[in-house]
This record gives sequence, structure tokens and C-alpha cells, in this order.
Amino acid sequence: MNTKRDEEVYVFPNAPTPTRPVIFDPDHCNGCNKCVSVCIMDILLPNPEKGKPPLVVFPDECWYDACCELHCPESNAIRLNYPLMWKVPWKRKETGDYHWVGEKNPLPPNPKPPV
Amino acid sequence: MDSLAEYANAGVTVKWPYPIRYGEEKEVTGDVLVLGGGIAGCWAAISAAKKGANVVLVERAATIASGSGGPGCDHWSLAITGNPACPLTAEEVSEAIIDSLEGHYNGISTYLTARESYDTLLELEKMGAKIRDTEDEFKGAAFRDEETKLLYAYDYTNKFTVRVWGNTFKPALYKECKRLGVSIQDRVMATGLLTEGGNEGNRVIGAMGVNVRTGEFMVFKAKATVMCTARSTRVWYSPTEETGLYYLSPPTAGGSTMAWRAGAEFTMMEKTHQAGTMIVGPCHGAAHPGNTWFPATMVDAKGKEIPYVDRDNNVLKTVGERNRPSPGQKFMLPDHYRTDEYDFIPPGTMTIEEMVEKGEYTLPLFADLTRMPEEERRVIFGLMVGQESKSRSTYKYYTEAGFDPEKDMLQGFQFIAPYAYGITGVGRRSPTYASALGSRNVRTAYGGGLVVDWDLRTSLDGLYAAGWSIFSGGAHPEAACTGKYAGRHAAEFATGISQGDVDRKQVENEMRRIYGSTKRNEGIDWKELNHGINKVMQVYCGEPKGDELMKLGLDLLEDLKWETDTRSFSTDPHKLSRMIETMEILTTAEMILHASMARKASSKYLGFKRWDYPTMDPEEWRKFITIKQEAGQVKLGELPLRYWGDLAENYEAHCLL
Ligand SMILES: Cc1cc2nc3c(=O)[nH]c(=O)nc-3n(C[C@H](O)[C@H](O)[C@H](O)COP(=O)(O)OP(=O)(O)OC[C@H]3O[C@@H](n4cnc5c(N)ncnc54)[C@H](O)[C@@H]3O)c2cc1C
Ligand code: SF4
Ligand code: SF4
Repeated sequence: MNTKRDEEVYVFPNAPTPTRPVIFDPDHCNGCNKCVSVCIMDILLPNPEKGKPPLVVFPDECWYDACCELHCPESNAIRLNYPLMWKVPWKRKETGDYHWVGEKNPLPPNPKPPV
Repeated sequence: MDSLAEYANAGVTVKWPYPIRYGEEKEVTGDVLVLGGGIAGCWAAISAAKKGANVVLVERAATIASGSGGPGCDHWSLAITGNPACPLTAEEVSEAIIDSLEGHYNGISTYLTARESYDTLLELEKMGAKIRDTEDEFKGAAFRDEETKLLYAYDYTNKFTVRVWGNTFKPALYKECKRLGVSIQDRVMATGLLTEGGNEGNRVIGAMGVNVRTGEFMVFKAKATVMCTARSTRVWYSPTEETGLYYLSPPTAGGSTMAWRAGAEFTMMEKTHQAGTMIVGPCHGAAHPGNTWFPATMVDAKGKEIPYVDRDNNVLKTVGERNRPSPGQKFMLPDHYRTDEYDFIPPGTMTIEEMVEKGEYTLPLFADLTRMPEEERRVIFGLMVGQESKSRSTYKYYTEAGFDPEKDMLQGFQFIAPYAYGITGVGRRSPTYASALGSRNVRTAYGGGLVVDWDLRTSLDGLYAAGWSIFSGGAHPEAACTGKYAGRHAAEFATGISQGDVDRKQVENEMRRIYGSTKRNEGIDWKELNHGINKVMQVYCGEPKGDELMKLGLDLLEDLKWETDTRSFSTDPHKLSRMIETMEILTTAEMILHASMARKASSKYLGFKRWDYPTMDPEEWRKFITIKQEAGQVKLGELPLRYWGDLAENYEAHCLL
């Protein structure tokens, strides 16, 4: 949250790292809490506001196993958010350029689905 | 707002949404109690229920997705007996595996898996899992059996490892448990075993546990119990904030330490290894030539190919050759029997490290899938990377960001340690590299566990074990097959015996032990404790080891126990469960140190180096060292290597089929 110059500033402990292992899209999430019930590390809680996306309460414990994504009934409601340390490069043979997930100027997507 | 940090920043507090029930007791009774609902646990529950037992399954997460097999499985090995495409016998493959480690392995679980793995896979298919290329995606590929449409991996001549759609496995097992009426107790963490009279070493008559959302205390009474809680993770490293460690089993496991407290015997606890090959990133998104990625073509920064060589040091020029035994060689061993860091470099071969030093190769290295035949590329990046929830997300996010295996080469993050595919004699050596940690003396995992006999019974009456709870317990098919086998035995044992009487003192002591941290609101939390244990293990139980160092390590762990007793705090049931788990990790660390101090020799088979006893595997130390707890003291014992005797004969006598 942005704090503007003339607002009061409160002190909080450091946020756990990474702060955001999974991201919900409120337009696609139906608030069913299926991800809460399957989460391997039990890091999600139902949102106090019914029908809203769950809360990520223990982000630093996420195992990035994506079981939440696998079991979610909606598409595009929840996605993993790679931490900064996961910028593992690949090299495009024709250009010799390096790329990675989450780079500033990404390549166009490769639309091929898995088998 | 959907993260707690944002709520906190906005000054909003969130109330714990579940009721708090610390110390309230609930009792559940069954014939067979299965602790841990991972791969071994689900199969144990299913097989015991099929034998007519009333089964209770206790899982600290959610059975439908929990454990190492929750995300899935991309290769299923040891599919030998009954597999029409495989010309090998269970005996010859098991013997080769055991011989390659000169007996420092679990012959019982290996052999029974080789016997039952293929049938178990077919059983899984009947439950709804996908194991075949029914859409003919890979028609005509060298790794496909046209008749059965099964896709094989690694050894295309002998076809005993199957490539599978593993993310369908756990949901299928869960459904089958439900169908059979197994009472699934999700989000309950087992913490202690109940024994007759409350005494260590006596018959196991159930277990105690705590609900990880409410803190409610659970008492499970059972005639037979199966330990399927796997091994502890977070012993040398804690993944919190170090998410790159994510390939290791889910960091939820506290291991089978409750069996230690009950007096059960463990072995091979001194075997440790560096399993952190994926330490920096998404494990399927960084290149390596083993496991899922075998036989990916590896090249250096200038595009020069790093050859695969066979056991005789012949360069394998084509991708096809990498998947066939060499002349004179009958079969290739499955990948996970390698002992990476030790010795398995064919004589006269240079390591990649030496080759890089001599200027032959330029770092970094890459997996160059573009140079591979189309179907080989697609079966790696498309099926294997694509059909576990972990790898499916790698596939999704990489392709979204434009990664195209037809055009791009993935960087490897490990540069120097040799990676042996298979073992001397029967194996294959792939191009290699090393840990990004840069330091090979840091360990990340251990290989010990409960001692079992041919019934998969532990040294305690009424207690069976399967999967990674057993010493040297292998991968997914071993967990499935040992689970199934232990379930049968537990069910049979339960038919001939009555429920034991719960000792109230044992229950009260357990309550005191586990709820201690809820009494305080400040002090040390589970994370600090975990990092404290990690530091002790990194410094005092790394490599090489020595008596004086390890003794000091034990003293420091003792001090951490005192800190925990007096200062630990947890403010909700979730943190309580992590605290209890971390206390188990502390016990695991102690067990590893005790076992390591007991072995006064180095061993290449155990990944065990001592500077005070540097000789590798001297004759008098070729044995299993066992440890157990008796009256608060650690008792050492030993078992001969190959204590299991004749594999086929004993299996036939004990398999209950
Ligand atoms: C990402 C990944 C990919 C893998 N891919 C493959 C593969 O392709 N092929 C292969 O052969 N193997 C693979 N493996 C290995 C395989 O998954 C394991 O060998 C197998 O799952 C071990 O089975 P298990 O039942 O012993 O342990 P798990 O399946 O890990 O089950 C242990 C269960 O016990 C629960 N538990 C722990 N402590 C407690 C407690 N105190 N109370 C209650 N419950 C508890 C855990 O939550 C967990 O559900 C992979 C592993 C990982 C991590
Ligand atoms: S992300 Fe998916 S599973 Fe989770 S609450 Fe939203 S719709 Fe349900
Ligand atoms: S990735 Fe795993 S640990 Fe993280 S939120 Fe999803 S299910 Fe939970």
C-alpha cells in the first residue's frame, strides 16, 4: 500500500519473505476455498468476507507445489508468483539472448499445451 | 486485499477462523491405524481396508494432495514382474541394485517392489489414474510399447520404468480410500505412539495427535499401526524464505521420531547426502541431465556438446544410445540408486570439473533440447515436465514467458559434481555439474529409517512401516508397494488381537510435551528453533565428520531442547504444529548424530566421511548399525548386511498373496 506524504505512518514488523507466493484474481476466483482445503502447507485461510479470495497468511512456508492451482475449479483464479531468486535463464539459440520468467521485456508466449 | 501483510499494513487484524480446542480430547478407534496419508499411507489404508479392516488414516495436511507424491510422479520404476514388455526378473534387478551398494540398501523393500510394482500401477489405473498414451501422442516412438501404449523411460531395451501422468495419482488414491470407507482424519498431526502400559518397547496400541487447525488433542486406538510419515525435512536447511530448496519433500514432515520415542529400532541414520540439486530454482526449470531430464543433450556456453559416456567410457553419440545398455551389459539401473558423489566415475575418466579447468568447456552449461529428436524433446518437456502439479506450473509459466524447447536452451545451475546415471557396471554416466551451494560438505537429506523384517514389521509389536519411514525407502513405486504390503500385514495382525488399554499417564505426558509452547506469547518461535538446529547440523554434522565435533553438536542440541522447554512459544494451532514438527526435527538431528558417532569408519555407500576414521568401508564396518532408545539412553546394535536372506524365498513365504 502506498503511503502518501501527508498520511500518518505506522510501524509494522517486516513482512515475511516472499510476501506473495500465490496471487488470486478476484474476477475469476469464486471464493470456494478449495485451495484452502488442499494446501500442502496450510498457508491459506478463508477470507473473512464470504465469496472473496482466500488470505495468504503464511507466505514464507509456501512449497510452490501448485496443488492449489491443480485443484482449483476455475481457470486463472490462482497463480504462483515466482520469487526473485527463481530467475533461471535460458538462451535462445538464434539470437544468443538470455531470457527468464518475469523479465522486463518478455518474449511472446509459446502457446503449445503440455501433452 | 488477500495477504495478511496487506491487512496488517492497513491496520486490520484477522481472527483465527477455526475454534481453539487445546487440550480437549477426542477418541477414534479402528482396527488398523495408518499414520501419514502420503503415497505409502494411502496404499496401506487401501490394502488393509480391502482385507476387511476398519481403517483410520491420519494426515497432517489434506490426503488428496499431501506428501511428496501430492504434486505427482513422472516416472514409475521397477515395473518388472508381470510386465510383458520387460524381459528381466525381479531377482536380477534387485540383486544388481543391492550389489551396486554392496548391501548397504534395503533388499526387502526393493525386491517386493520389483515383484509388485507393475501390478500396482495397473491397480492405480483402475482407480482412475492415467498411465497410458491412449491419445497416441507418441505413436512409433522408441520408448513406446505399441501394444500397451505404455511409455517407457531410461532403458528402452528392458522397459521397466514407465512415464506417467502423475498428477492424477493422489486424487485417485484419495477417491479409492473414500470408496472403501477409510476414516480419513485430515489436518491431524500424529505426535506420539501409544504403547501397552505406556512403556517404551511394548506393543503399539495406537497413537496421539493434534488437530493443526484447532489444536484439539486426538487419541487413536488401534490393534495395528502403520508408520507412513516419511522422513524429516528441514534438518540442515529450512525452506522458509529459501524457497529454492523446494525440490525436497514437502517441508511438513517431522519424520518417524514418535517411533523412536516408543523404543523402535532405526538404521542407516548416518547416511546423508546432498539432495539439493535444485537448490536455486524451480526444479524442472533448471537444466540437468538426470531423472526427469535424462537423456537431455548437454552443451557448454559455446555450444560444445558434453558427451554421455557408458561404464567403459565409450562416448554415446546418439540420443538413442543413451537409452540402451552397452554391449555386454544386460540392463541399466534406475536412476535413484546412484550415489552421486562417490566413486562412480569410470577409471581414467576426467570429471567435468577437470575438463573445465583444462579449458575444454566454458561455463555455464545448458540442456539443449533443440538437438534432440522431436518425440524425445516432447516427452521430457511436455509430458514429464507438464504432468506433476509442480512441473505443470513450470511448463505453464515458462511457456507463457516464451520458452520454447525447439528454440531455447535451459541453463544448468550445477557445474561440477559428477552425476552418475546408474552405477558402475550397469550404469551410464551423464554430463555433469555441481551444486550451486558451491560447497559439497553441506548435506540436505538423510537415508535412514525404521528397521523392518519380511512382514514390514518394525522392532515393536503392532507397528509396521512403509515408504520413506523405512530405512532406505525408495521412490514412489516403493512407497506404494511397501504401503500395500504393510497394510496387508497390519490387517492380518489386527484380526488376531484385541485393543490395548490406553495408559492415562502416557496421554497426560504427551499433552504436557506438545502444548508447552502455547503457554507463552514470546520467546523463540519455530523458525528460530529450526534455524538453530540447521546451524548445528551444518557445522557439526556436515562433512567430514569427527567425534569431537559431533559430541559438541549433541551438546548444542541438548541446549536447544532446554531453550524449547523454557522459551518456545506459538500463538495459534498452525504455529503449534510447526513447533511440534520442529521438535521432531531436533530429535531426528540427534538420531543422526548418535548413529554417525557410532560408525567409526568412513563409507562411500553411506555418503559418510570421517576425518578421524578416514578408511573407506573397512571389512569390520561392513554392517548396519542400529540405534534405539531405552530408558532415555541410546542403545547401539548391529545387523549384518543382507540380513534379509534369500529374496524370492522370503518374499514367497511372507507376501500374503
Ligand atoms: C517434487 C517431487 C517429485 C517426485 N517425483 C517422483 C517420480 O517421478 N517418481 C518417483 O518414483 N518418485 C518421485 N518422487 C519421490 C516420491 O514422491 C516419494 O518417494 C514418495 O512420495 C514417498 O512416499 P511416502 O509415503 O513415504 O512419503 P509422502 O508421500 O511424502 O507421505 C508422507 C505423508 O505423511 C504426512 N505426515 C508427515 N508427518 C505426519 C504426522 N506426524 N502426522 C500425520 N501425517 C504426517 C505428510 O503430510 C505426507 O502426506 C518425487 C518427490 C518429489 C518431492
Ligand atoms: S482460487 Fe480457486 S480454489 Fe481457491 S477459492 Fe478461488 S476459485 Fe476456489
Ligand atoms: S503452492 Fe502449495 S504451499 Fe503454496 S499455496 Fe499452493 S498448495 Fe499451498
